[in-house]
Amino acid sequence: MIDFKVIGTPILLRNIKKIDPESIEAYIETGGYEALKKALKKSPDELLEEVKKSELRGRGGAGFPTGIKFEIAKNQKETPKFVVVNAEEGEPGTFKDRIILENDPHLVIEGAILAAYIIGANYGYIAIRPDYTLAIKRLEKAIQDAYKYGFLGDNILGSNFSFHLKIKRGAGAYICGEETALLEMIEGKRGEPRKKPPFPPQKGLYGKPTVVNNVETLANLPFIIYYGSEEFKKYGVEGSYGTKLFCMSGDVSWKGIIEIPFGVKLSEIISLAGGVKGGKLKAVILGGVSGSLVKYDEVDIEVDYHSLGRIQAGPGCGTIIVLNDKRDIVDVCENIMRFFKDESCGKCFPCRLGTEASYRIIKKIKEKKANLHDLFNLERICKTMKNASFCGLGQTAPNIILQSLQKFKDEWLSHIS
Amino acid sequence: MKEKFFQKSLIEDLLDEQNKHPQKYLPPKTLKKIAKKHKRPIPQVYSVASFYPRLSLKPRAKYIIRVCENLACHMEGAEKVIEAIKEFLNIDFGETTKDGLFYLEKSSCLGLCSLAPVILINDDIHGNLTPEKVKEILKNYIEKEKSSKN
Ligand SMILES: Cc1cc2nc3c(=O)[nH]c(=O)nc-3n(C[C@H](O)[C@H](O)[C@H](O)COP(=O)(O)O)c2cc1C
Ligand code: SF4
Repeated sequence: MIDFKVIGTPILLRNIKKIDPESIEAYIETGGYEALKKALKKSPDELLEEVKKSELRGRGGAGFPTGIKFEIAKNQKETPKFVVVNAEEGEPGTFKDRIILENDPHLVIEGAILAAYIIGANYGYIAIRPDYTLAIKRLEKAIQDAYKYGFLGDNILGSNFSFHLKIKRGAGAYICGEETALLEMIEGKRGEPRKKPPFPPQKGLYGKPTVVNNVETLANLPFIIYYGSEEFKKYGVEGSYGTKLFCMSGDVSWKGIIEIPFGVKLSEIISLAGGVKGGKLKAVILGGVSGSLVKYDEVDIEVDYHSLGRIQAGPGCGTIIVLNDKRDIVDVCENIMRFFKDESCGKCFPCRLGTEASYRIIKKIKEKKANLHDLFNLERICKTMKNASFCGLGQTAPNIILQSLQKFKDEWLSHIS
Repeated sequence: MKEKFFQKSLIEDLLDEQNKHPQKYLPPKTLKKIAKKHKRPIPQVYSVASFYPRLSLKPRAKYIIRVCENLACHMEGAEKVIEAIKEFLNIDFGETTKDGLFYLEKSSCLGLCSLAPVILINDDIHGNLTPEKVKEILKNYIEKEKSSKN
């Protein structure tokens, strides 16, 4: 149902629509679980070095170096340790984890087992939103089959490493994608974020060392372990190695998922999606509505952490929402702030009140009932939210608003009476 | 540890019990039952249940229509589709139709943005919608209900 394309050779989508996702035999035939077999012959230390050398960064949004996260968890004395696969996927415009889970569930399972072996975890959860029903069904079958083949369970493939993996359904809240809120949810509590530090690799699920990783991040591990970090680094550019999935929506002719090696130009990705629909390019919302706003004259830029950093942007979780020149930036911002207002968990003031207050001001501006003072107030509230909110939700909620106030100032002013 | 690991979590129990109820909600007696199973105080279970958008403490309906109005859907005309649903069923958000068949609620992003505008009816996906298309879909549900009763 969701279409896909690739630039170059895919790492993540290599099996998609080529093998039967409900058949473990089909996955094995394409070299599946070979990385696990190879890994079990090596020490966790060696493998950790390989992941660190690959410079793999988290694909869930923040881009944290995965190897360093593993190292922190590995060095903890406390047991048991946990691996949590973050399959909550709630950022508007994002549907990449869905396509991996539905079409290649074993890739993620193998990735989770490898992560567990490296950090010494014996238990893992795939925390998934409950409406991803097809993904849940396929994961259930895949986990069962992996147990049958001895890839999961006690003494995996005759080694002394044991790892159990289970699906954990959530109950639909955007905030539960935040890693500590996710842990609260798994523990059966309200999904409100925890104070950091301690970070999950130090004290995570039930207070034990836990790595929380995005689906796409873990899906890279089988490749890195099997082919080695050097092969992995042939994809992408310095500082941003490997490939990344991008979810195309908004004013583009073709919608779906595109896998690219890092370093491809943003304009090229848009062209591959058939170009802008219904007008000329105005801007791109990159990395989700909590991400960044790239203006039409900035899209000729390489998509990697370093290049995008120069324009205060980042790949984020890999969302591209294209806006054509008929879109009203104030209307877009109103929609975004309404989302955050609805999804704020309410734990801290700056976000609970800030999202509500800024939404009301944006609405007033859209209705042409606001004055310059309101606009100043909007900016002030947004900055307070960014600086003073308790968690990533409130800190990133005003990103697009603040960037649009810079990049499309005249358009905001034209709404002011 | 192993035993605890394989247990269903409180939230999963709430989800499954809710699904069993014909009106897809959690009445007080269900909360009580689950609180007992998990050895948690009832107010705590209530507090958890009230936090999650997918859990409901008030009666809903056989079919829950979940609509998305976030950016990708908004840009493809979600509001018009939602208006059509409201008008056709004569309900607003948070309301059940008189026949008890449909309940309408807002949802955060459904992760189906390439099919925008998109809605879920229970777990079934309906994408690339227009006001006309969505009315046809609802009519089909109503027809199916009628024929299953006869
Ligand atoms: C409000 C909020 C929502 C988030 N939602 C998700 C999500 O849906 N999926 C995800 O993988 N990470 C999400 N994250 C990021 C996680 O907190 C965490 O950084 C990530 O799971 C780490 O995995 P990674 O290093 O593999 O990216 C979210 C963060 C915030 C602040
Ligand atoms: S920033 Fe928002 S989502 Fe995060 S804790 Fe505060 S109120 Fe909750």
